[in-house]
Amino acid sequence: MINELVIVSGKGGTGKTSLTAAFSALAKGTVLCDADVDAADMHLLMQPKICQTTDFMGGGQACVDPQVCTQCGTCRDVCRFGAIDETFTVQPILCEGCGVCVDMCPEKAIGFEPQKCGEWYLSDCKYGPMVHARLGIAEENSGKLVSLVRKEARNLAEQKGYGLILTDGPPGIGCPVIASLSGATALLIVVEPTVSGIHDMLRVAELASHFKLPGMLCINKFDLNPEMSDKIADIGQKHNMPVVGRIPFDSSFVQAMVAGQNIFEYQPESQLSKTIQKIWTQIIGSPAMNSMGVLDLQSTIR
Amino acid sequence: MIISVASGKGGTGKTTVATNMALAVEHDLTLLDCDVEEPNAHLFLQPAMTEKIQVETPVPHIDMEKCSLCRNCAAICRFSAITVVGKNVLVFPELCHSCGGCTLVCPEDAITEVGRVLGEIESGRRDHIFFSHGRMRIGEAMAPPLIKKVRSMAVSDAPVIIDAPPGTSCPVIAATYGVDFVLLVTEPTPFGLHDLQLAVEAVKLLGIPSGLVINRSDLGTDDVKEYARSEGIPVLMEIPFDRKIAEAYSHGKTMVEELPEWAGKFQNLYTQIERLVQAGGGMQ
Repeated sequence: MINELVIVSGKGGTGKTSLTAAFSALAKGTVLCDADVDAADMHLLMQPKICQTTDFMGGGQACVDPQVCTQCGTCRDVCRFGAIDETFTVQPILCEGCGVCVDMCPEKAIGFEPQKCGEWYLSDCKYGPMVHARLGIAEENSGKLVSLVRKEARNLAEQKGYGLILTDGPPGIGCPVIASLSGATALLIVVEPTVSGIHDMLRVAELASHFKLPGMLCINKFDLNPEMSDKIADIGQKHNMPVVGRIPFDSSFVQAMVAGQNIFEYQPESQLSKTIQKIWTQIIGSPAMNSMGVLDLQSTIR
Repeated sequence: MIISVASGKGGTGKTTVATNMALAVEHDLTLLDCDVEEPNAHLFLQPAMTEKIQVETPVPHIDMEKCSLCRNCAAICRFSAITVVGKNVLVFPELCHSCGGCTLVCPEDAITEVGRVLGEIESGRRDHIFFSHGRMRIGEAMAPPLIKKVRSMAVSDAPVIIDAPPGTSCPVIAATYGVDFVLLVTEPTPFGLHDLQLAVEAVKLLGIPSGLVINRSDLGTDDVKEYARSEGIPVLMEIPFDRKIAEAYSHGKTMVEELPEWAGKFQNLYTQIERLVQAGGGMQ
């Protein structure tokens, strides 16, 4: 059976990627998956060697052929996205890719070629295989690309006989987040003890229960507001989401990032490293990650 | 004048900059929180909300009495939101992009459009600020239509500050398209720099002038500044890491209220943007 832990946060910048990278140093037999395709950062800590690059094709984009166009105005009338300007030129940024103009044009003057909207990569990094992607700037279809990288990560885990996929999720609760958590084993929500951190965590927690996924909480920078951290633990209890760890504010995370390393490479003997190791033991041993009740710590911790 | 406060990376301080700048400027303005997935500005601004509206997007409804099972609707739909199975027409509202194509091609006039709830918009005031934000329904995937609706809430002639969502894909474009200035907020870390580069590419694509705020400016390297210089993007403000700022933020307090020395700095930030917009922009 392949387990997949997805690390999310609702609010951006709470430390998802730094933590995921640290966990990957501890987890043996794991496929790493960066599902934040919109602003992927994991590769900066992993220096992956890209083995395979594949284009990600999105839907079609309308393009008016001025040679054929009679400027009758039908396309501008039917387009609900205001994507065709007075000169009968399609604004790619506004085009939704619905193709209604293509079908309604009496002169058949509008083409609809599929567009490349990004790339995805199969790579080798220091701890094993990694699947990641890059969505083109200002592109749509981020949810589709997220589903694609997760599917490839699962294929890879099956091929290699690996039991765990670690997925670094995107911020928010919309399309790419929904795509990154459907069918996962469990979620780890990384939260900061701030009013906005709690607010955003609650929305992700609701999304998790909407999709019936078990969740765990990890409080980052807990010492910036210890009372708020206790409040998060209380809220977690109500939502049946245990707090698996509290990490103090520590600029070593930033320094490790500057060095292009995870915390275990940068400061293997530090208190911070020991704290994260304990958190990982908690996660691996949690009921959420062991629905069958089988616990084999040796096989999952280096 | 419309200023969009954006960043590639999340958690860099967009909301902090947008709310503090709005509070520091002492004339009428509109603040729109367009991060409809995770709206946070209200937590710091604490406006008195006076209005709430539900936002819907049109999706097809099929009248099976009229339907002749011609499949024209399924053929035009690029999003697989309508299929015909046997003698049934199945509609998947969550896949529908509300393009209206199916209603146009139905020869039997069997398709009407009904509303699907995307979320809600709340509006209110705090002193000189008119505030509006969208909250996307949990489980909803489509943010851009709700973001566009939030932007339409700016009705007066007063300047507008938009708190944009993170990233560089469609929600960000919906929150920055057609604005006069993009204020990018980043941190001077490798992640901050990498995601800033993506955001700058997006801003260039839109052809909007931009400027930069570097948050937690002493936690990292000088690479962000060097990059900004090479791209000709002016650094308009630096906010050093200060435990007092972080703790005030954690309680939902703004810098302008807790650390009054910042009020002038945020006013100055706004004035600099005004000048850049009048002069035709920092970076084009």
